Amino acid sequence: MNLMVSAIGQGLLWALLGLGLYLTFRILDFCDMTVEGTFPLGAATAVTAIAHGINPLLATLLAVVSGMLAGLVTGLLYTKGKIPSLLAGILTMTAIYSVNLRIMGKSNISLLGKRTLFSGHFMTSLPQYFDSVVMGVIVIAIITILMVLFLATDYGQAFIATGDNSTMAKSLGIHTDKMVIVGLMVSNGMVGLCGALIAQNNGYADINMGIGTIVIALASIIIGEVAFGELTLNQRLLAVTLGSIIYRIILLVVLQLGFSANDLNLISSIVLAICMMIPQLESNLQIRKPILKGVRPHE
Amino acid sequence: MNKPILELKDVKTIVNKGTSNETTILKGINLKINEGDFITIVGTNGAGKSTLFNVIGGNLRADFGEIVHNGHDITKTTEEQRTTFLARVFQDPKLGTAPRMTVAENLLLATKRGERRHLTLRKLKENMARFTKLAATMNNGLENRMATATGALSGGQRQALSFLMATLKRPDILLLDEHTAALDPHTSQNLLHATNERITQDHLTALMITHHLEDAIKYGNRLIVLKDGQIKADYQGADKARLTAKDLYEYFES
Repeated sequence: MNLMVSAIGQGLLWALLGLGLYLTFRILDFCDMTVEGTFPLGAATAVTAIAHGINPLLATLLAVVSGMLAGLVTGLLYTKGKIPSLLAGILTMTAIYSVNLRIMGKSNISLLGKRTLFSGHFMTSLPQYFDSVVMGVIVIAIITILMVLFLATDYGQAFIATGDNSTMAKSLGIHTDKMVIVGLMVSNGMVGLCGALIAQNNGYADINMGIGTIVIALASIIIGEVAFGELTLNQRLLAVTLGSIIYRIILLVVLQLGFSANDLNLISSIVLAICMMIPQLESNLQIRKPILKGVRPHE
Repeated sequence: MNKPILELKDVKTIVNKGTSNETTILKGINLKINEGDFITIVGTNGAGKSTLFNVIGGNLRADFGEIVHNGHDITKTTEEQRTTFLARVFQDPKLGTAPRMTVAENLLLATKRGERRHLTLRKLKENMARFTKLAATMNNGLENRMATATGALSGGQRQALSFLMATLKRPDILLLDEHTAALDPHTSQNLLHATNERITQDHLTALMITHHLEDAIKYGNRLIVLKDGQIKADYQGADKARLTAKDLYEYFES
């Protein structure tokens, strides 16, 4: 039971990463590797700030800003520097590793005994692991609502059009470069926030905590899509969060089977690879329909 | 009437500058486009028709010469800036619409062509009745597919939608780059007919590239023959009315 609650809590907190990447990966059609650096950057920024006695809420906001700056760098490299998207992200990601070491001064900082967003009176009064569930629900609800509203504005529609067909977007006077930069900034801001929350939840920041984050983010997105099929845009955002929770439950099951935490990156990649192959397998073997009959409203 | 809305003065474009492959595509184009002109453009492959559109549209800079819109020099303005007064329809049905967005959403995007887009709610429902009525003017069932993603439309419907999007907010200049070339003959004629009707009714100023000599003669009040980066002929009014496909065909020989 406890493990299940923990998995749901982790799924909710990590869903932020998936939602952030959704903006770039699915809407802008931009595979943004920056997140591998932005996630620990957010963590490093928040944890270092908290360790220096800064209010945890302010520290978390600083993490968001740091993420946005990282997104800005990738955006400028791609739009102004004309560097291919994948490489632009890898360059920023690699550079951030050094930045993170500069920020933290060492490779690991503990928050033991410090005040965090999870150490308030209300949070500590909750049963074990429920703090991350409560925090996750609040943050995901706010972010999802903001995203739904944003995408339904004239600006948001221009943003979607940029990723969907940039030639058309330009011919309608949409500044596509600006859209890509804004998208990368918002996306990485969310990833920075995710890193800050996870670090506070874990009680530490580690220089290597970013390894594999892009796979985790993609897994949330792809699992959501594979599990729920054809959806409207708003439903898709919700599916990312559910996908993130499902992913945590899969990990939980795998760990129960006797794998160790050291195998996590291997398992993550295998899970993602399988999910990405499902549409292919489906057409060859027709295995998906029976699994999905229960969850899909029509067909 | 008859005041130039757009003027090209000795426009030249060079590609692969500074390399051994340096080629001049447009070799000094002088063109006065008057308000209300519907100009059809014919020419061989490589004559510079698309380059001409790209120079007017702003996604290619003119290396020499000047482009003047309503008395303002716009030679150095960007593609995005020019969309305030210019709209275009591409040859490839895939280029003109956003495939994952619905027909209505695409139209909504086009209502704000060249304008700043704000963080205000998009107001799709409020515009639905107007969009549906507009779509019905294309006579191809587009009005029944308002909530369909455009990726699921037929090529003809997509091009009709592209055309509607280009004319939804009245442009000073409309560029049609072989916008019916990818369609079957019947669909192509339907769209050309609708195109002509809209341009005539609204007195739009339009340039249309076509490889179909009969269409070039049938539509518009002016016909330009482009050859080897230069304007070889510019038929207007009665001269154009007398033209036959055979006359035009001579330009394509040799």
